Amino acid sequence: MSYLPYALAVWIFLVGLYGVVSSKSLVHLVVCLNVTQSSTYVLLLAIGYVERGTAPVFADVPTGTRAVDPVVQALTLTDIVVSVTVAALLLALSIDVQKRNRTVDPDELHAMRG
Amino acid sequence: MTRRTRLRLFAGSATGLGALLLWAMAGLPDFGHYSGAYGRILNAAAPPERHVSSVVAAVVFDYRGFDTLGEEFILFTSVMGVALLLREVRGDQVHRRDRVQSDAVRLVGVAFAPLLLVIGLYVVAHGYITPGGGFQGGVVLAAAFALLYVAGEYRAYRRLTPAFAVDFAEGTGAGGYAVVGIVSMLLGSAYLHNFGPLGTSGTLASGGSIAFLNIATALEVGAAFVLLFTEFLEEVEVSRRSGG
Repeated sequence: MSYLPYALAVWIFLVGLYGVVSSKSLVHLVVCLNVTQSSTYVLLLAIGYVERGTAPVFADVPTGTRAVDPVVQALTLTDIVVSVTVAALLLALSIDVQKRNRTVDPDELHAMRG
Repeated sequence: MTRRTRLRLFAGSATGLGALLLWAMAGLPDFGHYSGAYGRILNAAAPPERHVSSVVAAVVFDYRGFDTLGEEFILFTSVMGVALLLREVRGDQVHRRDRVQSDAVRLVGVAFAPLLLVIGLYVVAHGYITPGGGFQGGVVLAAAFALLYVAGEYRAYRRLTPAFAVDFAEGTGAGGYAVVGIVSMLLGSAYLHNFGPLGTSGTLASGGSIAFLNIATALEVGAAFVLLFTEFLEEVEVSRRSGG
């Protein structure tokens, strides 16, 4: 069972990727891309977990208490905020596609148009 | 490529990729038995060295401060991209009628927005003492403004978030972070190296320049999300009007 969190990350990654591949709408695709990306959070946090460790915040526990890895948490927290804004950019692009082509179905977008 | 071929191709390659990933994961240390030295050393060294109690904040705004600068500019660039794509010459939106007519909804929204603003400021300010900081608090701050819109106070929302002020805060936040790094250099140390009095652990006056980077980040993240809300909300308005 000790590898279950890592397997979970793989599963989320593949499920998200399936969503991207099978997508019929660019909005759905962006959401699936976010699901794919969130697998990295699970993986990072799973790697940094230390058995019976507390949060790496020593406000009410003394320094030196066994705590989980702060580096992966820092990476995850900045990544979450940044990924939301990148999703917003992709959604804005989707709005643009809808305006130009009157569709957001990737299958109906055949060629690039200037 | 047809949909069917694409899904078949995916089924094949996903099986292979999944197997490879699981194989790679099997080489990782057992869950809960992480043995990397970096995090352990930081947990032991950061509180006495930087006088902060949240080691995560110390990593984000100090030990990996340069990395966060990069993240900040990814955020900045994508928000600017949204503004470039969606911002266009729109008519005066301030005079449109609010869609929410329920007084109860308005009251709850208006009552909770300032509360959320205070919580946001609290989360930002205590970022290097307890869990929180500029990234998380900035989002909460922006949510306070979004709540005004949800409550139907569109005019209040637009009046409190004029485009020039949001743009100014966004730029100041991103630029301010870079400027703090330059101040470190002027003081004779490496770029983004911590400077300033370290203060007393557990109080707001602690952590040296972490506090400045924290505030710059809160300003940027908060403004970025308000800007995103505004652009998408305006987009909804425009399409509603043209679509009937």
